[in-house]
Amino acid sequence: MATTSIAVTETPLVLTLLRRADDALVLGHRLSEWTGHAPTLEEELALPNIALDLIGQARALYQYAGELSGHDEDQLAYLRDAAAYRNCLLVEQPNGDFARTIARQMLYTAFIDPFWRAATASTDATIAAIAGKAEKETAYHLRHAGEWLVRLGDGTEESHRRAQDAVDWLWPYTGELFESDAAEQQMIAAGVLPDPATLRDAWDRTMEALLTRATLHRPSDGWAQTGGRRGVHSEHLGTLLAEMQILQRTYPGARW
Amino acid sequence: MVDRLAAAREAAASVPDPELPAVTIAELGILRDVALRVDGRVEVTITPTYSGCPAMTMITLDIARAMDAAGFPDAVVRTVLTPAWTSEWLTPAAHRKLAEAGIAPPRRGKPVCPRCASEATETISDFGATACKALHRCLVCREPFEAFKCH
Repeated sequence: MATTSIAVTETPLVLTLLRRADDALVLGHRLSEWTGHAPTLEEELALPNIALDLIGQARALYQYAGELSGHDEDQLAYLRDAAAYRNCLLVEQPNGDFARTIARQMLYTAFIDPFWRAATASTDATIAAIAGKAEKETAYHLRHAGEWLVRLGDGTEESHRRAQDAVDWLWPYTGELFESDAAEQQMIAAGVLPDPATLRDAWDRTMEALLTRATLHRPSDGWAQTGGRRGVHSEHLGTLLAEMQILQRTYPGARW
Repeated sequence: MVDRLAAAREAAASVPDPELPAVTIAELGILRDVALRVDGRVEVTITPTYSGCPAMTMITLDIARAMDAAGFPDAVVRTVLTPAWTSEWLTPAAHRKLAEAGIAPPRRGKPVCPRCASEATETISDFGATACKALHRCLVCREPFEAFKCH
């Protein structure tokens, strides 16, 4: 017996919350895939710890989106298909090698860290509270990813090559981070969340400084992949969700 | 009424942290408030150290059990996110008990070795066995140790 997907009424606030929550859940799930496979014991501790922070942030956001839309956090995570997920394409990209995981983490965290810091000033008290927790955690994640990118880029010939390949491969997915649409603009105008576009300069500066330290070359900004925020995903999200959702889809309402 | 509230406070405050049993949730700053609601039920307010702290469910259950044992079977446990928890809320007792348990308490700068009190220590890993700890090594006695992170 399979469980039917839920249909979520996406008011501008619910949609905006789901975009942030889905980013955190999908990236957290990706990092959790490293458990038992990380290259060193320290990373075996680091990656699941970061995943845990992200999934904790996702839960808080889903709980709030759920209060507003009449669903609970588990339904929002387990009973929506890929087309109803609102995460950006960057976070759903497969782990690849360690360099690609680190590059993905760095590119995303350099965006979300200043995003949460700005969101602590939200006119919405719940979002300000979630952001207040998240920004302390993402600052730590940023340091972790940054140190690794420098170590890989400025490391051996092979680690340098892999780090450069990773940055080049993922760069076209970064443009989407700074997008918003009419619904999100309503929330931005109301001071509920910051405008992602205003964080582009800070992101550029962070990445520029880091890539220089890592002796990596900054890819040029060209055509950017887009679609995730409105549910048009790469093929990878479907397989991720299949694994993440199979238990609730197969045994509806199963509890520990 | 005052005695009842005091008894409830004491019961909640004495709940140990499931991952750091040497210290209580009050000493860690996780317990924010114990109050009597207008309907007469006790309300215990807690806050997570980290967003994804997996101990929160256990702490909620442990508080409910402690309140039940203290004669408050209908106590309510509420979680708040604001103000965001900080390691600065750890009490002096928490600092002392953590050090006695071999975990360096939070400190700006390098943590002090809980075994030999040396300040010559280095970081092994920014992440540890729980979200609130990192791994370090003492350069004098050479022993590795956990330290509570400044957060």
